[in-house]
Amino acid sequence: MDTLPNPRRGFINLLLGSSFGALMVSMLYPVARYLIPPTVAEPSTASVTLPWKPGDLRPNSGRIFKFGSQPGLLINTPSGELRAFSAVCTHLNCTVQYRDDKQEIWCACHNGVYDLNGKNVSGPPPRPLEDFKVFAKGDQIVISKRA
Amino acid sequence: MAELKRIVVPRLIAWFEERIDLAGFRALIGHKVVPIHRHTIWYYFGGMTLFLFSIQVATGILLVLYYRPSAEEAFESVQFIMSEVQFGWLIRSIHSWSANLMIATLMIHLFSIYFTQAYRKPREITWLTGMALFGIALFFGFSGYLLPWNTLAYFATKVGTDVAGQVPVVGHLILRILRAGDDVTGATLSRFYAIHVAILPLAITMTLSLHLFLVQQQGMSIPPEIERDPKSVPSMPFFPNFFLRDLVGWLSALAVLAALAAYFPWELGVKADPFAPAPAGIRPEWYFMYMFQTLKYLPARIGPLEGEVVGVLAFTMGGLFLALVPFLDRRSARGERSPLFFWIGIGILAYMVVLSMLGYLAPGGK
Amino acid sequence: MAAARWLLVAALLLAGGALCGQLEAAQGPAPENSCITCHRSIGDPRVTPPAEKFAGDIHLAQGIFCQDCHGGDPTSLDPERAMSRAKGFIGKPTHQAIPPLCGKCHSNAEYMKRFNPTLRVDQVQEYYTSVHGKLLRKGDQKVATCISCHDVHKIRAIKDQQAWTYPLKIVDTCGRCHGSAEYMATYKIPTDVVAKYKASVHFQTLTKGDLSAPTCNICHGNHGATPPGINSVANVCGNCHSVPAELFAKSPHRTAFASMNLPACVSCHSDHDIHKTSDTMVGTTEPAVCANCHQENSDDGRKVKSIRTSLDGLRTGIDRAEEILTRAERAGMEISQAKFDLHGASDILLKMRASVHLADPATVDAFAVEGEKIADKQYEKGVQALKELAFRHQGLWVAVGIILVTIVGLILKMREVDRRQSPPPSQHA
Repeated sequence: MDTLPNPRRGFINLLLGSSFGALMVSMLYPVARYLIPPTVAEPSTASVTLPWKPGDLRPNSGRIFKFGSQPGLLINTPSGELRAFSAVCTHLNCTVQYRDDKQEIWCACHNGVYDLNGKNVSGPPPRPLEDFKVFAKGDQIVISKRA
Repeated sequence: MAELKRIVVPRLIAWFEERIDLAGFRALIGHKVVPIHRHTIWYYFGGMTLFLFSIQVATGILLVLYYRPSAEEAFESVQFIMSEVQFGWLIRSIHSWSANLMIATLMIHLFSIYFTQAYRKPREITWLTGMALFGIALFFGFSGYLLPWNTLAYFATKVGTDVAGQVPVVGHLILRILRAGDDVTGATLSRFYAIHVAILPLAITMTLSLHLFLVQQQGMSIPPEIERDPKSVPSMPFFPNFFLRDLVGWLSALAVLAALAAYFPWELGVKADPFAPAPAGIRPEWYFMYMFQTLKYLPARIGPLEGEVVGVLAFTMGGLFLALVPFLDRRSARGERSPLFFWIGIGILAYMVVLSMLGYLAPGGK
Repeated sequence: MAAARWLLVAALLLAGGALCGQLEAAQGPAPENSCITCHRSIGDPRVTPPAEKFAGDIHLAQGIFCQDCHGGDPTSLDPERAMSRAKGFIGKPTHQAIPPLCGKCHSNAEYMKRFNPTLRVDQVQEYYTSVHGKLLRKGDQKVATCISCHDVHKIRAIKDQQAWTYPLKIVDTCGRCHGSAEYMATYKIPTDVVAKYKASVHFQTLTKGDLSAPTCNICHGNHGATPPGINSVANVCGNCHSVPAELFAKSPHRTAFASMNLPACVSCHSDHDIHKTSDTMVGTTEPAVCANCHQENSDDGRKVKSIRTSLDGLRTGIDRAEEILTRAERAGMEISQAKFDLHGASDILLKMRASVHLADPATVDAFAVEGEKIADKQYEKGVQALKELAFRHQGLWVAVGIILVTIVGLILKMREVDRRQSPPPSQHA
């Protein structure tokens, strides 16, 4: 009872076959790309690798970096030790900065002052800055949250 | 091309048949038929649900490659999938949308089986496995919803497990087992993750296999009013005729999913903060809405019992009724139409629809 | 007649004594403090409340009782002995006598060391430098003394949240007099200060939980309470707002204001009803504060306009970037890095607004340039994100197209296969 082979049947098979093929490609392509890991290998929640080498920061200086969605402050103390804190002032959330003239961490908004351990020592801030762990190994600086 | 079909493929099949007895399989493909009548359209929904479930398995496995099931990292890992992973946004949005579509088609499938009385003898066990699959699917939805660990999910889980805790006698134990503690915490997340990717997949594999096996064995059920003389009902071969139609449906669903993922990407929201107060207007996903809204309307006390306990008992009774319908509906067991159960079904459907709509439209809801 | 009166007094005294004597008998052995015992039980509104309140007083907790301030003998229930002048009883001290009375202990370093070595002992000395102290020395009976601000007989510890001197309560303590137009009628100083302060941003911040926000005593002093003079206001404000104060001191406004005897800070920001600042304060037309002195068409007026333009420029640049990034985020794109970097532009806007106090358009403009560079970059990132979104939509239509073609193929195949099943009737005779 088969219909006779005809060009029309061949056309349908060709259409079906090639469109299925295209469909498979359009489905497998995203999956294949998905499987290849992205350049930033993992989400930066608990830790972040900084784009600087340990030697990039002079003693008695500080830099702001991004930790998750908040700013962090990396300082190199006058004695050459790398420390990192959250840069969000505990008073009204302004971004703090390092002052090399006073060797302290200062918030310009209301003159709040923190010492080099992040402890609030003068002005309105009610709490110390959250401090982070710093791993300086070779060419990398990795910052991670405590516990 | 023709060579391939004429020579290579038969040779390949012959190689397998010398080693595995494919007779049963051949019979199935060759002889499975689908009856053609005015309710044939409902036959598509079981397969559609199965297709959407396969999408869930595939996208779910891909998500597991990057997702992290801890309270500290879950939200960020989903954010990572959405932003850093190539096509991560597509996989994740399809997974979330397909979950909802699957439960929708599952409900259509359930009600179409109910109204065509396909649960009647000899398909009672199929119906029971189907009800079990329904419960498993809802649990899949409930457990998966928590995994992004955002505010909405956190509080929806809190409310949902609170309701589970209202079951008399064992409620508190159930609550503690679900939450892995007294409150919703990171432990709850780990437990829901295990439930979602290990326990439920095992349960559904076993139940689904049984369900599908029974369906193949018993063939398609024909509604009583049409089934006067089964021989007179025209039919088409499942393979390839009905299957091609199935494929059209499945590909349409795929197109819809892709469009939803591109134009209505699934929200991520804000990371859950257990110490923040519950945001106004928390509500569960739509497939739980009718139960949620019902509980809102129940008074604090009904007789000697708390309102919520009565609600939970009522839902349990409703579920039990549905599960036992093949045994309760004597008329359909005899092959007759059953107006009583028909109208009960309409009532249940109407209740679910109206309460769900109220959940969205009533003041106080969102 | 006089004799009868004296007889009545004697009788009352006897009765009172008998009563206390009975109480003494009823209570058994000698009570701890007869002052408290008697005064509590008498029920007279003039003398009972202090005795009842005293249970909550920090002095009681430290073992200091009525007799330590009022004198007298607390071991006797006989009122004549308990309240005898010989035993040092002074009764209710006069208004003028209060500071020295408190100072008897609170200015004695040796004595205060016993309780808390870090406590200051110069409060009374400070007090006499204040407006209150000076007026008190002149004989004023209404002016504040120690007990006006410290709830006498229920003085609480410094950190106690119920203390009249707790930061959140200070405005109401000072306000008891300074907020009452009636009470202050003789003094010719404004009494709307309390209401004004309560409408200020400092009070809002204070009541929202920031206890470092200034209240009356931070600017006016505690014991040496005096309004800051015209020349010292900037110092007071500058204790917290150091950056604007420093810049102001370098600006031409400092000498200009001083020569016109105008106070710094307060002239533009007001003293009590200080509101949240806004860029609209800078300008040459009302309600800008610059308009109070500078004409629109003057050189200075043009400088003001330039500063305002710079401020507006950066602000709109940031708003524009924020708007597009929010749109991209709502559409499901991930732009958290851009949002973070935009925050850097907001930091610069903060610095820029502080630099307004230097009154130098070039400085303000430099900040604007730096900030706008960042804001524009983030705006571009937002544009990119939306382009990526459009690309995704395009990709979708390609995929949907392929699916549609496949569906067409399937339908054609369906028809062909169906025809195979049931050949058309015309095929057979």
